[in-house]
Amino acid sequence: MKVNDLILQTVTTFLAFIIFIFSIYLFFAGHYTPGGGFIGGLMTSAALVLLLLAYDIKTMQKALPINFLTVAAVGLMISILTGVGAFLFDVPFLTHAFQYIELPILGKTALASTLAFDLGVYLVVVGIAMTIIQTIGESE
Amino acid sequence: MNNLVILPILIPLITATLLLLLPKRIKLQKLISVISLSFATIASIVLVHKVYTDGIQTLEIGNWRPPFGIVLVADMFASLLVLTGTIVSFMCILFAFRSIGKGRESYYYYAFTQFLLTGVMGAFLTGDIFNLFVFFEVMLMASYALIVIGGTRSQLRESLKYVLVNVISSALFVLALAYIYGLMGTLNMADISNKVAESGQSGILTVVAILFLIVFGLKGGIFPLYFWLPGSYHAPPYAITALFGALLTKVGVYAIFRTFTLIFYHEPEITHTIIAILAGITILIGAIGAIAYWDVKKILIYNIVTAVGVIIYGVALANETGYAGSIYYLVHDMVIKGALFLLGGAMFAVTGTDNIKKMGGLIKRHPLLGWMFFIAAMALAGIPPLSGFVGKVLLVQGGLEADHYVFVGVMLLSSLLVLYSVMKIFMNCFFKAEVLSEKEEQGSTKGLIYPSVILLALSAFLGLGAEFVYPYVWQAAETLMDPSIYIQAVLKE
Repeated sequence: MKVNDLILQTVTTFLAFIIFIFSIYLFFAGHYTPGGGFIGGLMTSAALVLLLLAYDIKTMQKALPINFLTVAAVGLMISILTGVGAFLFDVPFLTHAFQYIELPILGKTALASTLAFDLGVYLVVVGIAMTIIQTIGESE
Repeated sequence: MNNLVILPILIPLITATLLLLLPKRIKLQKLISVISLSFATIASIVLVHKVYTDGIQTLEIGNWRPPFGIVLVADMFASLLVLTGTIVSFMCILFAFRSIGKGRESYYYYAFTQFLLTGVMGAFLTGDIFNLFVFFEVMLMASYALIVIGGTRSQLRESLKYVLVNVISSALFVLALAYIYGLMGTLNMADISNKVAESGQSGILTVVAILFLIVFGLKGGIFPLYFWLPGSYHAPPYAITALFGALLTKVGVYAIFRTFTLIFYHEPEITHTIIAILAGITILIGAIGAIAYWDVKKILIYNIVTAVGVIIYGVALANETGYAGSIYYLVHDMVIKGALFLLGGAMFAVTGTDNIKKMGGLIKRHPLLGWMFFIAAMALAGIPPLSGFVGKVLLVQGGLEADHYVFVGVMLLSSLLVLYSVMKIFMNCFFKAEVLSEKEEQGSTKGLIYPSVILLALSAFLGLGAEFVYPYVWQAAETLMDPSIYIQAVLKE
């Protein structure tokens, strides 16, 4: 009997986007409300895992031709460099800056350089989680 | 404010990340490793010099004042270990260039060694006890990967034990941290030290102190917590065992020194007596193991256990001579264990076996290797012109000052047994009748010897140049003796 997972795949294509947007929301919410790079990254990988469940690894690799280990390494590099950036201003490692900036659509927004650090954490979490899942999934 | 302090941690971390990005470019990986380790060596030399001239260097990470933020502290003790650790791992990686093999190289061997280095340097330099835990984990994660990399049968078996033991000890570490945070309400080591001194180290704090001793003893391999060490260190190839033998147990030893000289020094009758007894037994157990085996690697591994016992005893002596002796011996031991394991690795490359009974007559075709092993053995046992002598003399002197005659006896006896164990390797493997003819040899020592030449030169320098090295060691011992120097440098009261 041929299994038909049409419902699962249709719902997934729809749901994966909602989960992804929610994870981005969590990522940006981290400074003032619960959330942040770690949980945001995990939610993003949850969306990707849902895609993996509905389709298979080969389809995933066609749709998202990314080496997730590189994603993790790039994330780590971003986090380190935000710390090293402090050297330029002659302050200790990992000193962060904070400013209110008028953005075109969002209006007055608080921008902290910790966001760049968190982006690094986010990418590391996504990269590592997906690497683990893909490696286990691929091994025979 | 001094960003110099973080460079020994930051350089390997950035290098490791770079190496993750280019897994298949092995030549480039080697080049980057060499460049970064040269920079790290220069940075740590500058750091040692700076600490020597200007006193303890601190870095308040993120510009937060010490009890609230994480602070990195480079006192002389930490910076000497950072310098030695960097040089020894440099040599281990040079050795790995020709011995570790393509398979392991393309699976992130160099990246993992740099992560290991990050963890070790961070553990030496941090001034925050939770941060110490984090750097322990960085180091342990990298060591899990290094112990299993290559995936041979014995590596898989031993890595399972190693991971299990270390996960348990890490859980105990977190428990101990929770207790100390619950009692003192702070995690900064200088601040904890202040608050413990104010409250006078009550009974519960002594219990926590012993919990810390168990945790660090598991990492450092003291009796009766050393049981995982011989098997785990035997599994990976020599380049990795040399790194482990020179760095990993030493971090546990360093942590014991830090906690018991800075924080828990108020009840020496309880804690320091326990340390003394355990250290004494550790020395004997290591020596017995070393003379019992006919396996080059096992003998060297049990010598690590002996050395850990000898160094830890310095805490129990609690006088400046004893501290200076321990620090000298610690630095010497990192260098000489690196050298011995690398020489053992070269012997393995030639013969393809660790079994002493299957070797013989190596001196004929490998005179340099043979005589270098001889010198290293002499340095390990503590024969005068070499580095092992100074540390042991200071420890004996400190032991006599503190009336610890049993320890002095045990240590001198253990030197004899250690000498016997390494001379057993030398006499049987290099002399005796030849076992392997030129054609039967498994490989050459090409490129494998010069890293140990450099380490032996360093060992000779530590011995012959004791005049030059001693002021540095003495400054480190003074800081250990008087915690207020450390506390003032950190909290700036």
